[in-house]
Amino acid sequence: MQSRERMNKRATNAVALTVIWMAAIATVAALGTILVYVFVNGIGQITPSFIFTWPHGVNMEGGIWPTIQATVYVTGLSMLITTPIAVLAAVYLAEYAVQGRLVSTIRFAADSLASVPSIVMGLFGLAAFVEGMGMRLSVLAAALALSFLLLPIIVRTTEEAIRAVPKYIRWGSYGLGASKWQTVSRIVLPSAMPRITTGVILAAGRAMGETAVVIYTMGTMINGPVSPLDPGRTMPVHLMLMAQEGINMPGAYGTALLLVLLVLGFNLTARYIGRRNRRMQG
Amino acid sequence: MSDSRDPRTGEPIPEMCADPKSAENSPRPPARQALMTISKATYFKEAALKNLFLVCACVAVAGVALIFLFVGLEGWPIFAKVGVFNFLGGLKWYPTKQFFGILTLIVNSMLAMIGALAIGGPLAVGTAVFLSEVASPRMREIVRPAVELLAGIPSVVYGFFGLVMLRPIVAHVFGGLGFGLFTVWLILAVMIVPTIATLTEDALRSVPDGIREASYAMGATKWQTIWRVLLPAAKIGIIDAIILGMGRAIGETMAVVMVAGNARVIPDGIFKPFLTLTTVIVLDMPYAAGDHRTALFGVAIVLFIISMLFVAAIRVISRFGKEMS
Amino acid sequence: MSDKLPSHVVTPGAGPAYDHGDKFKVEKLDFFYGGFNALTDISVSIKRHAVTAFIGPSGCGKSTFLRCLNRMNDLIPGTRVEGRITLDDHDVYGSGVDPVDLRRRVGMIFQQPNPFPMSIYDNVAYGPKLHGVRKKSELDAIVEESLKRANVWKEVKDILSRGGLTLSGGQQQRLCIARVLAVEPEVLLMDEPCSAIDPTSVQKIEDLMAELKDRITIVIVTHNMQQAARVSDYTAFFLQEVAGEPAHLVEYDRTASLFTTPKDRRTEDYITGRFG
Repeated sequence: MQSRERMNKRATNAVALTVIWMAAIATVAALGTILVYVFVNGIGQITPSFIFTWPHGVNMEGGIWPTIQATVYVTGLSMLITTPIAVLAAVYLAEYAVQGRLVSTIRFAADSLASVPSIVMGLFGLAAFVEGMGMRLSVLAAALALSFLLLPIIVRTTEEAIRAVPKYIRWGSYGLGASKWQTVSRIVLPSAMPRITTGVILAAGRAMGETAVVIYTMGTMINGPVSPLDPGRTMPVHLMLMAQEGINMPGAYGTALLLVLLVLGFNLTARYIGRRNRRMQG
Repeated sequence: MSDSRDPRTGEPIPEMCADPKSAENSPRPPARQALMTISKATYFKEAALKNLFLVCACVAVAGVALIFLFVGLEGWPIFAKVGVFNFLGGLKWYPTKQFFGILTLIVNSMLAMIGALAIGGPLAVGTAVFLSEVASPRMREIVRPAVELLAGIPSVVYGFFGLVMLRPIVAHVFGGLGFGLFTVWLILAVMIVPTIATLTEDALRSVPDGIREASYAMGATKWQTIWRVLLPAAKIGIIDAIILGMGRAIGETMAVVMVAGNARVIPDGIFKPFLTLTTVIVLDMPYAAGDHRTALFGVAIVLFIISMLFVAAIRVISRFGKEMS
Repeated sequence: MSDKLPSHVVTPGAGPAYDHGDKFKVEKLDFFYGGFNALTDISVSIKRHAVTAFIGPSGCGKSTFLRCLNRMNDLIPGTRVEGRITLDDHDVYGSGVDPVDLRRRVGMIFQQPNPFPMSIYDNVAYGPKLHGVRKKSELDAIVEESLKRANVWKEVKDILSRGGLTLSGGQQQRLCIARVLAVEPEVLLMDEPCSAIDPTSVQKIEDLMAELKDRITIVIVTHNMQQAARVSDYTAFFLQEVAGEPAHLVEYDRTASLFTTPKDRRTEDYITGRFG
């Protein structure tokens, strides 16, 4: 009797662990399938002329350079706007804030902002920046709308990075007669910098792949934006329009691969920085 | 008071800077330096910086307020015009014929979310358990980056992948065009895995090791420990993770629009095309004008409120969980 | 209590005899964490150019008291001090007093060595830079001098650009001492500085305390009674007698007297190892 129970127990354990293994394998397989599929179908497209020339004709043959330019532009601009605000906001939350009504309101707002569907953020950008403030469809309007999406992400990673700096190190600085700001700016932020950078890079990757926000704030016009008030079409928007209309599928595959490569590159860079830092401090 | 001042910095030289030998030979009266009071300049600088940071932190609050303001101003008239009940409870969405009922869309969004959760939830929790309890360090080094990269893939790429690879397979196996709930479920399930898995893993990791050891010491198997001890202990965190995953699923737009097929009815099967709260905006926005456009902003208000409700639910549950323990 | 200790009386071997006046004078100090009264009715005078040791069982508030002296406790929200502490007859908690400047004059060493994640050189130069020293040659001189005084120069002089965290625990602690010495403090507060490091470094730190005290007033919290007996000139014994009640100062005397002829039975019980 007892031995049967024990056998049951073992069998259940084995089955359950197999199921858990399968879940993990399925997750990895999903990623693998997507990457391999996009890679196999897109790699033939990636040529210098695809990357560096303009599309032409009704079917958008040729290259995708202006969409790359627009993507990099809007991502860079939104990071420039968001990063300082987000980092300082995180400094406030991690170093200065005292638990209370104000802080819990700020946190609730940040959480809400983080969970706003990007399509809502797109319509908000349209109503607020494109029309409300008269920026028209432009890189600037898109960058501002994206900023609200990225802000909570960078605030959270930065706050975690700051909190991970041991309090002993802060005491060392205060004990030498450093003011709060001196301690924060010369000790805490530099110590947290690798992790902050990781978070910022990951956020940039997120901004690059964003579609719903930019489509309503910088439009779909193929245009290499120069001024922040120029409109443009980013790579994700380009991919979506080509795929939906079923035109130039090779171009769509190429764009998808390039987009995935960019995002992968950002992710791997971020991981590398995080890892190198861990090794240096450990 | 010490009169000696550093010629370069102008700061008083503390007494023990003096040559110790001379001090030994001729004991001088020790320094009686007064304690410096906070200079106005320092005080204002520190206060100004603190307020600057506070303002930055309040940008998040301002963001939420601005979204409410601008989306609300654009969308509110539709509630006034057709009535909140008719808008939320109406089955017909034929904007060109002045029918602005979004119940169908709400139901479809829910259907998409529930199915995605049914597939993606177990997958994600299983992966999280794997990462925190089962995997060897080496396996973890493979699976965790995979989860992170899944989170990084843009939603338009998911949609594209669904459209060009998954849809034909679904069409081949089950007939039809391959557009519909089923395909959406598969795509959304994969998309919500990283959200749920990461937070579930965090929750499992925050369970103290002593609890695991106590369970093993009582002769429990790994699975018994996971099922009877760890998952219950991490319950609140896992529920939070699932709610966040729900939010992600219901707000997802670009991936869904490419594989949903976009027909304006409640689908009569899981392989039939349908339209959701998010996809209707993408499809109608390019040509919408007047009340139609206002109604789309009304849909955005509904989406925004749903996402805020999820966040509020997480807060309430977390607080509840803290009181329980 | 200070009246029991005429300031002209000097313990043999307690450093130069020119001044044992009061550096810190503490009167009727009470300390609160929120509503909890952690320390009560502490009155003590800390002698200039001497080493004063605070001993007592763990949790008896000696570290908390130490952190009152340079207002490090200000950094913990919800703490409150009653009573009076003076440094050279100036009220430490007086209105408008800048705790930042106070901490420059009253340096602190912590239980856990806490070098900043930067080079050895930058660790030591951090303080002088904060307070306005800019010239490279000047910084070089300060760094060398401070590392020498902290008894660690020989070990690190060739690796100044290496990260401070690459040193051993004991070297890290001496680096932290050098870092404090570089801002020329008048007082050095040491919060169990030797509890987390190797015996060789403990020896070096005890040696350097003896060297430093002719210029600096040193206060050390230690749970090691032998160490207190070895390094200190004066010893204060703290005790929390009932859990939940505030801790207080039981006895304060010259180290030699306190360890040989304690006046209070609780002190005697503690130093003979009957509790704690």
